[in-house]
Amino acid sequence: MPWRLLRFAFSDTHPEPRMFAVPPRLKPAYDVVIIGGGGHGLAAAYYLAREHGVTNVCVLEKGYIGGGNTGRNTTIIRSNYLTPEGVRFYDESVRLWQDLSADFDLNLFYANRGHFTLAHTDASLRTMRWRAEVNKHHGVDSEVVGPEAVQKAAPMMDISCGGHAPILGALYHAPGSVARHDAVAWGYGRGASQRGAEIHQQTEVLGIDAPGGKVKGVETSRGYIATPKVLCAVAGFTPRVLKMLEIPSPIYVHPLQAMVSEPVKPWLDPILVSGSLHVYISQSARGELVMGASLDPYEVQATRSSLEFVEGLTAEMLNMFPFLSNVRVMRQWAGMADMTPDFAPIMGKTPVEGFYLDAGWGTWGFKATPVSGKTMAHTLVHDAPHPLITGFSLARFEQYALTGEKGAASVGH
Amino acid sequence: MRLPKVSGEWIDRSRPFSFRFEGESFQGFAGDTLTSALLANGVSLLGRSFKYHRPRGVLSFANHDVNVMLQQGNEPNVRGDVRPLQDGMDVKVVNTFFGTVKSDKGRCLGLISRLLPVGFYYKAFHTKALFPLWEKLFRFTTGLGEVDFSTPHARTPKTYDFCDVLVIGAGPSGLSAALSAARQGADVALVDENARPGGSAVYQRGGDPKTLEALTALLARVTEHPKIRLFSGAYAAGYYKDHWAPIIEEKRMVKMRAGSVVIASGAIEQSAVFRNNDLPGVMLASACQRLIYRHGVCPVKNPLLLVANQEGYRAALDVLAQGLSVAAIVDLRPENEARGVQPLAEKLRTAGVPFFWEHTVVEALPGANSSVQAARIAPFSPLSGPAGEADFARVEEIACDGILMSVGWAGAAHLLYQAGTQMRYAPAIEQFVPAELPEGVHACGKVNGVYGEAARLLDGERAGSAAAAHAGFGEARSVEIPPEAASPSHPWPIVRHPNGKNFVDFDEDVQFQDIANAIQEGFDNIELLKRYSTSGMGPSQGKHSNMNLLRILARLTHKSPEVVGTTTARPPYHPVPMAILAGRGFHPQRHTPIHGRHAKAGAVWREAALWQRPEYYRVAGKEREDCIRDEALAVRQGVGIIDVGTLGKLEIWGPQAAEFLERVYTARYANLKVGASRYALMCDEAGVIIDDGVVARLAEEHFYFTTTTSGATSVYREFSRLLTEWKMAATLVNHTGAYAALNLAGPNSRAVLQKLTTLDLSGAAFPYLAAREGTVADIPARLLRVGFVGEWGYEIHVPARYGGALWDALLEAGGDKGIRPFGVEAQRLLRLEKGHIIIGQDSDGLTTPLELGMDWALKMDKPFFVGQRSLAIQAKKPLRQALVGFTLPEDFSGEAPQECQLVIAEGEIAGRVTSVAFSPVLRRFIGLAFARSGENQPGAKLSIRLSSGREIAADIATTPFHDPENAKQKEKA
Repeated sequence: MPWRLLRFAFSDTHPEPRMFAVPPRLKPAYDVVIIGGGGHGLAAAYYLAREHGVTNVCVLEKGYIGGGNTGRNTTIIRSNYLTPEGVRFYDESVRLWQDLSADFDLNLFYANRGHFTLAHTDASLRTMRWRAEVNKHHGVDSEVVGPEAVQKAAPMMDISCGGHAPILGALYHAPGSVARHDAVAWGYGRGASQRGAEIHQQTEVLGIDAPGGKVKGVETSRGYIATPKVLCAVAGFTPRVLKMLEIPSPIYVHPLQAMVSEPVKPWLDPILVSGSLHVYISQSARGELVMGASLDPYEVQATRSSLEFVEGLTAEMLNMFPFLSNVRVMRQWAGMADMTPDFAPIMGKTPVEGFYLDAGWGTWGFKATPVSGKTMAHTLVHDAPHPLITGFSLARFEQYALTGEKGAASVGH
Repeated sequence: MRLPKVSGEWIDRSRPFSFRFEGESFQGFAGDTLTSALLANGVSLLGRSFKYHRPRGVLSFANHDVNVMLQQGNEPNVRGDVRPLQDGMDVKVVNTFFGTVKSDKGRCLGLISRLLPVGFYYKAFHTKALFPLWEKLFRFTTGLGEVDFSTPHARTPKTYDFCDVLVIGAGPSGLSAALSAARQGADVALVDENARPGGSAVYQRGGDPKTLEALTALLARVTEHPKIRLFSGAYAAGYYKDHWAPIIEEKRMVKMRAGSVVIASGAIEQSAVFRNNDLPGVMLASACQRLIYRHGVCPVKNPLLLVANQEGYRAALDVLAQGLSVAAIVDLRPENEARGVQPLAEKLRTAGVPFFWEHTVVEALPGANSSVQAARIAPFSPLSGPAGEADFARVEEIACDGILMSVGWAGAAHLLYQAGTQMRYAPAIEQFVPAELPEGVHACGKVNGVYGEAARLLDGERAGSAAAAHAGFGEARSVEIPPEAASPSHPWPIVRHPNGKNFVDFDEDVQFQDIANAIQEGFDNIELLKRYSTSGMGPSQGKHSNMNLLRILARLTHKSPEVVGTTTARPPYHPVPMAILAGRGFHPQRHTPIHGRHAKAGAVWREAALWQRPEYYRVAGKEREDCIRDEALAVRQGVGIIDVGTLGKLEIWGPQAAEFLERVYTARYANLKVGASRYALMCDEAGVIIDDGVVARLAEEHFYFTTTTSGATSVYREFSRLLTEWKMAATLVNHTGAYAALNLAGPNSRAVLQKLTTLDLSGAAFPYLAAREGTVADIPARLLRVGFVGEWGYEIHVPARYGGALWDALLEAGGDKGIRPFGVEAQRLLRLEKGHIIIGQDSDGLTTPLELGMDWALKMDKPFFVGQRSLAIQAKKPLRQALVGFTLPEDFSGEAPQECQLVIAEGEIAGRVTSVAFSPVLRRFIGLAFARSGENQPGAKLSIRLSSGREIAADIATTPFHDPENAKQKEKA
């Protein structure tokens, strides 16, 4: 029984302190400045303080914390990737996720539901087998299952998908989970703030001062701050920040859209993803169906929703779940996905000394929140990439050492 | 209670309907909604709230009244306030546990509400071992209506429509805008979500019959106007780029593209915040007015009005006009600030209604049936002094059977936000109004901050004229709009009550103190506050709570509403059923011209890039594998025929056609002889293989070439882009669907073809890789000597309409040679025997030609081709992996390897199997696999890990497995 809730009954005032302190002004200098108060930036601040004792840290957020892709994704957490680099990295992330609620003493609603990536063609079934074999090799729980296993997990589903795309099998990943995305940002923010890091919302970075290829400070909408180290964790805004330093990047930004239904009584336990039909779906603890699809086909640096998206996604949803005909779509939104050519992130050092990049998170950033924070904190402190992220360096694009995760992206791109 | 006939009412009292609610039978009329019919029957308890299961009645009666959410058969979350009543309906309340709305056991949650403050679920239940159990409990308690798995797949039509001016909202300003735009010559579409047009003019009458007369006259002009189309009972679900709006009708979506848009969506009435403001009987004044004038129902007989604007006084007069009484007028304002209400107030005074200026309701008191039986009121000084606003020392009680709230509005500005409008807070009317509108988007009426009756008509005239002018019709007329006499909204219609239950958001049971607590915890940004408190996250998406939420945040953080701002208004405006958005579920499928013949021949289909292709032809009594093997053997031993009409088929002409192909493919084409063909390999800029095909030169400046089936569309798109970008003198045409293509292959293919053509098919006249134009069975054809499957063969391309005839002719001509059609599976086996790769199967998103050993296809000495620079760099580095052929011993038995199983070297992943099959001619398993480069010498072993974990050894072999000398393509001596 959650006895701790009793304190609310016996207190005249609300016995809860602020989650994040609001420092009145920016200090003139910090040891580390983190651009971007999303999950990744706040996680880096958290692990800098918790694991490395670096607390003279400032997180700059031009909007509100967790307002970017942290609050816009469909909250799926998994590690069934295709490359050894990817599998090891995301596996560590899943391990961190499992203890995160306890670490924060904040309930993230980390719910282990099991994750099915559906295959409707023999080609996709081949890719599923490849992923399963790579996963098993690295000790990650994945297996190719037949259509009957999908039907068992979602008995109400039409596994012929309206007759035009029968499910031939699936990659089943038992650790697949969902979590309350906003709370992840709050948890990291609170943890970082309690340990001394400062979070400055509504503070925009206007420029980065790096004479001679070495970071000296950051120009913000509230004045200049000096710092020897800057971490950029701004997802879809990465090209704009890199432009300040004239660092060429291979990132291209596409909108990624999602939608939720009105709450209905929970009926769907697992997370289901179909790359061929461009559908992913899970049901939140509130009873809303959380649904996503593939990237928009064009490069746009904006978060505008489109009608085509809801039309296309609902049509495929009804092929899989015809009985949702009368369930209503309540809200749609978009995020900006920073895509890379090989669908793996870009993490680590850059040609500018003291400028570190945590980017290229495309459609796979939320699940990496803990491990990206942890490895980037390590990288900043040691000025050398954490062993888990050496495959994700910006330099790989010049060196033709790409990390091919295209086959592991959950939906078409 | 049903009133005597009300003039202009929407119900038809001659058509009584019976229906069931929570198992009990009731009567209503055609034209009722479920809610109005229930209220007419004296039922005031209509629902249970989301979190505490509090008793709820009607709140807004305006299509976002989440208090009344019903299950109607297989349809969850039906809004009782707008669902038209039909005879025989049977509905239930959605959010009850074990019992009806009266006996709901969930109400015990209200008893422990102190334990469950804002965000309580973040603060407990997260012990790792126990969370799954708690989650089950949460999942049991959440959700609203139920999904019925037997619901059939509803397929609805969609319509594309166009207009010059789209007017959203048919209230006075929208009607005026439509007329104004139509007068200037524009075609106007006028959309209104209510069953009938007229907006607030239908019900905000102030007891004055003249308002109805004026509206009737205005409506007549609109409905009679030939250039105005009215969509009633339909709502614009969103505004999308370039003036595009989905108009949602009951069973259809109209996708309307407009030249310009007028948003006349009005305003949404906002509630006051006081203790028990959610009891049945407490409602927005406009809800009561709608019920009276649309449905002839007044849910209260002696209500108290809590007001802060003229509209409240009109509502009181509307109640009096029905012969009912008004318990009191409680006005938040001092008498001297209540401008413009004096004439209305005078009428009420004459009727003996008591007035309480500068007072507020602090608490509604429930009676036996949970409905209001009295209100506690107290003096109220909102704009000065400490935040203790109501004077609880001077509370008095007034008996009443309802409380009508008329304290303010929020513009229904959702579509304006979606269009990208800059909004500003207008303190004079305490509302956000458009500051800067995007081009072609116009606003008028209440959403534009214009409330006066005459002023709204003028504002509509102005906006309609400007919208027509933007769409190219006439000049925008300038119209003077008089300023508002008084603010329609109160800046602080909120009471902090020490005992709480003063609800800000009804969807989510968010109380004042929840908001204050969330702010205390640091959620002091409007977006964060919404997400943490969940205020505005329910089905009505904050339509009733937004303004109060931001007012509380502004006040507690000492900021102005302007600085606090609003949350983003995302589409859709009202939740839209998936079936309406999905439409008919159009699923395109492509058939080649020979489709019907394949079907007759027993084809088992496989989809490839929307095409239906025969995977194999079923033969009665035979297993799939045997059918495939027999088809393959027919090709090896006699002759076979396969439909390859799904390949991309492109043609390019022009002085720079050869130059273009040189740039996009890796081989040379400038030196290709007319009448010859060559393999074509396409890479991306990183040197990764993306497509392949064959290029044939038909004339000096004329090439015909193929792509893969799946690559056809994207290759054509990319080539078109490059052709434009490079400004080259060449014309590219996509003939994929216009041509049929067959591959006739096997040792007897020449003999079969010779019967049908006059072309000289001798090896000297038509050698391997040659391309010819001629006739086959009198059909004009292009012929290519190809060898994809490793036999003598011809690809024959003819205009699509002749595809069937060609197929028939070849089958007939080959009858004596035992010709048989073969499918994709046999082709895959045959090409594997020949060691030919399939892009996407034997390559992946990182594979280069170097890794496939296809250096021969790369002409690195060309000046340029896409990917050349990357390949030149990579050629100097050691290869990551290399594709090798492998075989299993002839006596291999047990579990066979499968594609994508791993190749293991020294315990690590060295590669994977990309293709594997049992070869009937070689009588063993053969395959292709990626292995570490350098470990791929013929004779060496390859270790393949099966899915079971067992590793098997395969022999690395040279490819092709079949006909390594290519002797099959040569004339026998």
